[in-house]
Amino acid sequence: MSITPVDIPVIPALKRGTILSLLSRSTRIDGRSPSDVRGIEIATGVISNANGSAHVKLGLTQVIAGVKVEIGSPFQDTPNLGNLIVNAEFVPLASPTFEPGPPDERAIELARVIDRSLRDVRAIDLEKLAIIPGKKVWNLFVDIYVIDHDGNLIDASSIATLAALITTRIPRASLNQDKGEIVIDRTTLEPLPIRKKVLTATIAKIEDHLIVDPSLEEEIVADAFVTIALSEDSLITGIQKSGMGAFRQEHLRKAMDMARQAYSLYIKKISETIERGAQAPT
Amino acid sequence: MSEEKVETKRRLIENGRRIDGRGPQDIRPLRFEVRVLKNANGSALVEYGGTKVLAAVYGPRDPGTRSIALPNRAVLRCRYHMAPFSTHERKNPAPSRREIELSKVIREALEPAVITEAFPRTAIDVFIEVLNADGGTRTAGITAASLALADAGIPMRDLVAGIAVGKVEGTLVLDINEEEDMHGEADMPMAVMPSLGLITLIQLNGVLSDSEFWEAIDLGLKGARIVYEAQKEALRKRYSSVE
Repeated sequence: MSITPVDIPVIPALKRGTILSLLSRSTRIDGRSPSDVRGIEIATGVISNANGSAHVKLGLTQVIAGVKVEIGSPFQDTPNLGNLIVNAEFVPLASPTFEPGPPDERAIELARVIDRSLRDVRAIDLEKLAIIPGKKVWNLFVDIYVIDHDGNLIDASSIATLAALITTRIPRASLNQDKGEIVIDRTTLEPLPIRKKVLTATIAKIEDHLIVDPSLEEEIVADAFVTIALSEDSLITGIQKSGMGAFRQEHLRKAMDMARQAYSLYIKKISETIERGAQAPT
Repeated sequence: MSEEKVETKRRLIENGRRIDGRGPQDIRPLRFEVRVLKNANGSALVEYGGTKVLAAVYGPRDPGTRSIALPNRAVLRCRYHMAPFSTHERKNPAPSRREIELSKVIREALEPAVITEAFPRTAIDVFIEVLNADGGTRTAGITAASLALADAGIPMRDLVAGIAVGKVEGTLVLDINEEEDMHGEADMPMAVMPSLGLITLIQLNGVLSDSEFWEAIDLGLKGARIVYEAQKEALRKRYSSVE
């Protein structure tokens, strides 16, 4: 059962007036303009036991995404496709509002929004993850670990997911015809078949003001949010409205423009990180 | 069984007609009935073609646990649940990740409508049971929940009308059914407060270009208007006659 959140801190809620009066002058409580994203830091390959990983700082929000592959069986309705499984954990060390236990509705929603943003547009070519079509495929697990919550967990998770996927290397698996078993060559590592670079951009609405990449303070006073997933060829690959408020059509128009701007900033940062990583000695 | 297989291979749109004979912008037959349960404070049964959803509202009532009460408003509690017999293959009755997510987005689609400030320290419970699933169950659930809230006499800023827009074989269509959802390119559920021009739920699963997206929004807003008129008619029918 989904319940109106009651654990909203009182002090930040009192900041609504301050935040609104600043927004009427097109500025924000941390000095950003409405269309500015916070500083982004990305480190990839941070988890040696994962096939791919990324640690992302978006302002003071921190997320680690880890990619693990395992050989598994395909689903009956998709016998020739590998499996993409996205999960998110809001671990209690990240926020006083996170509790131990199975993922709550916020974590489930986040994982499902990221999963959907990648799935239908076929951001990863899952056909190439079939080892023996109909029998054995790669299971691709993306585990998103929120470790410090200062707002906009979804975009931080989306950036971490894409950075981790791009840098994932999986061992070559092939069928040994004589023995009829799968041989895994751990010395030959291959990148994932990534077709599109998909990222989410989240816009918060506070009264009639729209702001991109909300901090936690801003999230607490915001009426509603819209997360827009985009690919580099300008397709819209997913949308999710959340929060207790509502949007007018013209809000959505403006939000779409802001999301496209944010996408460019996010993807630039990822590209820079990956290029730098490729040049660095290993 | 074999007939079913043949059906899925059929084109989803042929000569401008959809598999169930509708044009792209046609909504399935709507059947809304209010106050269908004795115990609930408000209830509604809603059908969009083969999709059949029951909603019940209990409250405003004591929230039971103090810890979730709010001093300045009622809390909304919402559960979207599918009956085990509502789907082709039996659905495990335990709540799935999908149902947990949908319970949240449905609650957030109703929150902007309900005047919760009128009932501090109480809870308003909204229970949605999908009885038969043929596409658009969350949006039908929102339509039903909004009718049930009205039936319970809970003040609202507007009714909330739910409708799903889809993209099927390159064509944008209104009120997609399950087959169109399964084989189509996009599913975009929306919930709207039509008189206020407010969109309280929008999700997109699938891929749309920018121009398709804005066209889909317009189509959804148009569809919500039709649902809205049917909602008002159902309430009028229930309350205009003296028993």
